[in-house]
Amino acid sequence: MPVIIKTDKCTGCGTCIDSCPFDAIELKDEKAHINEYCNACMSCLEVCEEGAIVEIKDAQKAVAKDFSDYKDVLIFAEQRDGEVAAVSYELIGAARRLAGELGTSVHALLLGADENAAKELIKWGADKVFLCSDSSLLPFNDDSYSEVLTKVIKDNKPAIVLAGATPVGRSFIPRVAAKLKTGLTADCTLLEIDKETKHLLQVRPAFGGNIMATILCPDYRPQMATVRPRVMKKDVYDESRKGEIVNVRLDGITSRTKVTASVKEESALSVNLHEADVIVAGGRGCGGEKGFKLLEELAEAIGGVVGASRASVDEEWISYSHQVGQTGKTVNPKLYIACGISGAVQHLVGMQSSDVIIAINKNPEAPIFNVATYGIVGDLFEIVPMLIKKIKESK
Amino acid sequence: MNIIVCIKQVPDTAEIRINPETNTLMREGVPSIINPFDMHALEAAVQIKEQTGARVIVLTMGPPQAEASLREAISLGADEAVLLSDRLFAGSDTWATSYTLAKAIEKLDAGIIFCGKQAIDGDTAQVGPETAEFLNIPHISYVKKIEEITESSITVQRMMDEGYDVVESPLPVLLTVVRELNDPRIPSLKGKMAAKKAEIRTMNAADIGADENSLGLKGSPTQVKNIFAPEMNAERMMIEGSPEEQVNKLIEELKKNKCL
Repeated sequence: MPVIIKTDKCTGCGTCIDSCPFDAIELKDEKAHINEYCNACMSCLEVCEEGAIVEIKDAQKAVAKDFSDYKDVLIFAEQRDGEVAAVSYELIGAARRLAGELGTSVHALLLGADENAAKELIKWGADKVFLCSDSSLLPFNDDSYSEVLTKVIKDNKPAIVLAGATPVGRSFIPRVAAKLKTGLTADCTLLEIDKETKHLLQVRPAFGGNIMATILCPDYRPQMATVRPRVMKKDVYDESRKGEIVNVRLDGITSRTKVTASVKEESALSVNLHEADVIVAGGRGCGGEKGFKLLEELAEAIGGVVGASRASVDEEWISYSHQVGQTGKTVNPKLYIACGISGAVQHLVGMQSSDVIIAINKNPEAPIFNVATYGIVGDLFEIVPMLIKKIKESK
Repeated sequence: MNIIVCIKQVPDTAEIRINPETNTLMREGVPSIINPFDMHALEAAVQIKEQTGARVIVLTMGPPQAEASLREAISLGADEAVLLSDRLFAGSDTWATSYTLAKAIEKLDAGIIFCGKQAIDGDTAQVGPETAEFLNIPHISYVKKIEEITESSITVQRMMDEGYDVVESPLPVLLTVVRELNDPRIPSLKGKMAAKKAEIRTMNAADIGADENSLGLKGSPTQVKNIFAPEMNAERMMIEGSPEEQVNKLIEELKKNKCL
């Protein structure tokens, strides 16, 4: 275990047990005992007033490795049918900020698209684009994508690699991390450079999205992270930006899997939450499909679309396509009306950047009120019908 | 053919609450369940077994208590269960977890390996693809339909942002599955009996021939630096009064903000 309990100092007060997010401390013979669930988060260190909890420093890890060769920030630029996906520009925006703090450059890898698409990446802020326009890379295959990215990383030694947490990025980026033996953090909501160590601080919801965690990858490079669409802000688009395009050869890289058809359909992901100005979202408090019918009416009256919390989707009151949050969609509408949503962290990270947030909930302690602009403690079945009526009247 | 299903015992995260005073998780009394996506992985494997006579081996890495999940999997149609358990595995991130699973899978000889697309506690979706890389076999993520299986290949539909791809792969292959793939069955009486009697095979680090430096906290490139609750919006306005007063006031505020 990374921490030990000094049994002579432990009074068995139990404060550390309450502080542990992983349930990793138990009371044994009236002394605290660390079990195998310990994740080395060190939360208990701060709360112990007796100084009975001590961190064990791994002698090997204490020697900081020299990563001065690893410099730039590389983003994986995703394309669909040859068109660069918006998330790629958002990643460049994030990478510009990080590279600015590190005093290095922003590089992008673009597969299966053409030079015009590469030029777009430069106008959005990439200093250098590695381009492999081989047509075999137009459809997505895990093998070839992961091999080309691994090759580019080995040849260019970026300090940080970012990719979109999309079906593509989430599928092949883990293979790259496994090949390189380095850390990968999924679905980051905030990326910052530690001022002292220059390590990448990767913030993401953890534990079923109930709490936030900062993740580090101090002993391996590159530091890799995926970021969900719409989380990071694009930099300004500047026609006059200059950059370099480097052609990458495929060099016989092939794929064991083969895409034989790509079918466009009204899929589970097609409800247009991203573009909506107003989202009326429901949670467990809606009680069932009936509650969501009411929200649909409100959405129609106010000109919005219906969103949902993970709990209500799990209950099958509404389809996954409506889900907002860490495992659904990230949204930032002008107005977000949360009805009967308690506000677990995993939901909040998907909507807290909305301009105005209205929370309607029976429970005054519900965490949703913490992020709300306006809070109404009340029964949504009373409030919402009245709200629909008033909105219709005011039009 | 052997089909391996990787499952994870997870706390039912929907039941977790945060203590508003200490900002920590309240896990007491939270039930442990099989990760819901893994239930679909298991169902897919059992359906293939029913058509082809394949043998379904369910595999989990976890503390000894995870045995309960393996027994549940047997009640749902798995033939064999393997528990990977060792104190050396504690604190594994996705890299170390995948390495460990791959080492165990190498001992078991599988044609298809099924995983859920992600676990509901970590939500990373990384362990499936990373495990395939360690095994040096192809993988397909987000499988929503299995179209065809032959002796040496498989064709599936992979969910994408705007529809789906039809993807063909040689065997062995690792598949991560989404909910749309199937509806998991409930255990039969016969299954429940089998679960009670089943012998659970246990493997530790030595059994799978793993390199200790690649296991657990020591083998994990990522570290949790700290854990915290998100910040509050200090400028929020609570609207008091009767429901009618609340609604009237809200409408007024929405007009002020040009939301109406």
